[in-house]
Amino acid sequence: MSAGEPQRPGTLPVLLPFAPSRTPAPARLRPVHGWLLCGLAALALPAWAQGGAAAPSPLEVVIKWAPLLLTGFAFNVAISLMAMAIGTLAGTGLGLAMLAENRVVSAVAWGATQVFRNVPWLVLLFFVMFLVPFQITVFGLRLPLPDWVKATFGFSLPVMANVAEIVRGAVRSVPDTQWEAAESLAFTRRQTLWRIILPQCLKRMLPPWMNVYSLIAMATVQASIVGVTEMLTLTAQVHAAEGGRPELFAPLYGFALLCFFVYCYPIDRLTARLERRFETR
Amino acid sequence: MTRATPDGPPSPAWTPDRPIVRLRDVHKSFGTFEVLKGISFDVAKGEVVCIIGPSGSGKSTLIRCINALVPVSAGSIVVEGIEVTDPGLDKLALRRKVGMVFQQYNLFPHKTALQNVMMAPIHVLGQDRREVEARARALLAKVRLAGKENAYPGELSGGQQQRVAIARSLAMRPDVMLFDEVTAALDPETVKEVLVTIRELAEEGMTCMLVTHEMNFARDVADHIYFTDRGVIVEHGPPATFFASARDERTRRFLSQVL
Repeated sequence: MSAGEPQRPGTLPVLLPFAPSRTPAPARLRPVHGWLLCGLAALALPAWAQGGAAAPSPLEVVIKWAPLLLTGFAFNVAISLMAMAIGTLAGTGLGLAMLAENRVVSAVAWGATQVFRNVPWLVLLFFVMFLVPFQITVFGLRLPLPDWVKATFGFSLPVMANVAEIVRGAVRSVPDTQWEAAESLAFTRRQTLWRIILPQCLKRMLPPWMNVYSLIAMATVQASIVGVTEMLTLTAQVHAAEGGRPELFAPLYGFALLCFFVYCYPIDRLTARLERRFETR
Repeated sequence: MTRATPDGPPSPAWTPDRPIVRLRDVHKSFGTFEVLKGISFDVAKGEVVCIIGPSGSGKSTLIRCINALVPVSAGSIVVEGIEVTDPGLDKLALRRKVGMVFQQYNLFPHKTALQNVMMAPIHVLGQDRREVEARARALLAKVRLAGKENAYPGELSGGQQQRVAIARSLAMRPDVMLFDEVTAALDPETVKEVLVTIRELAEEGMTCMLVTHEMNFARDVADHIYFTDRGVIVEHGPPATFFASARDERTRRFLSQVL
């Protein structure tokens, strides 16, 4: 209790129900803020560009290495998209398994979901990197598994668990009366789920699903820790190749920051917009 | 499951001279609370039966037992020769014969009125889409909703939604229709349009079982009225005698409150 706040007689300090208020409009991030940030970065770059005459300026370094760094970023995007695709497929299956009438199936699915949701993504990544072999043999055909593919599997695990929870929550949020109505019309459980319940949930699932994507896209840089060639790994290598000059640190990592921001911010905005739209419906 | 049938050995074949719905000593408990304490009655084909009674008397539970939405604890329910309490019951076969309309309409919100009516015949019965569509349009016209085919449930009034729900049930061509307090959630001015639809249905010879609080409607439409209280049928009879000369004290008290 704060001492400065005078307590009116008869009013006990009670914990009022927490109402998550919308951030007031003035404090809200808007697209213009993102552009402002980009503008500032663009202004700042020429400042660095006026570095020493002997060594290439930071701007020149960034421009010189930009194609390579962007290739690395393309890997981040590819890993995140593939992890999302695999994770969504597996997660939908896992989510539906949690809703299965068979107790054993739902219990196993629930357990798997809890495990993969409640451990650090990096730990999962390590597990996959060191447990999955570097190549697999399918029908005598040896398929190499490059690091980034393994990382993709590593990231698809948490995506799977989170998508499973989204699916389960969305299906649960549909009133039981919809199930009853479908049952009374002689729909089977499977038909009810696919034709009546899930189509109603799609809208509800989209914003949280996009949120998971945004998180996974940003998390892909963790792959650098296990040695996958992606943007952050390449940035470190470029920095080293340029002699590890301290003044290059900010521009190079700033470039990586900018790439991720430009990629993830619109997704975040779109998610928020969809959330608001679906809420009012 | 063995059961004693007065009219011979249990046989799945149903003939029109036998009741289309037959309840014998139906019990239902939720945990330790016994909602139905031995309900028995018959409904003949084409008959309109109204079940009335105070809230919490088990009316809705009773009607839900008939299409196996709620499993029975003990007793027997036979619908057109199908034993509903049979552990190996083909629920889908039963529900194709029994249509149900709910208090809260329960339309599928992501489908238009027409699609709501068309869904079950297409996906459950596997009927031809074009034929089903023609029938669905006719059904919507019948419940006076021609022109609302492409409206979503959210765009319709309660009474309109309830009439779509009736059309949706009828599209399955059921032999028995169950109505579970279908006007209880409606505005007074839209109650009438729904009741008119049900009355027309009854006049066409549809077997109807209604749980209702609309006493005047029950008096006009019902062939037989059952008054339930605390899980038992207290009194029953054709409307004329039921409303004029109720013998039981509970019935009289209830009727004096609602009439």
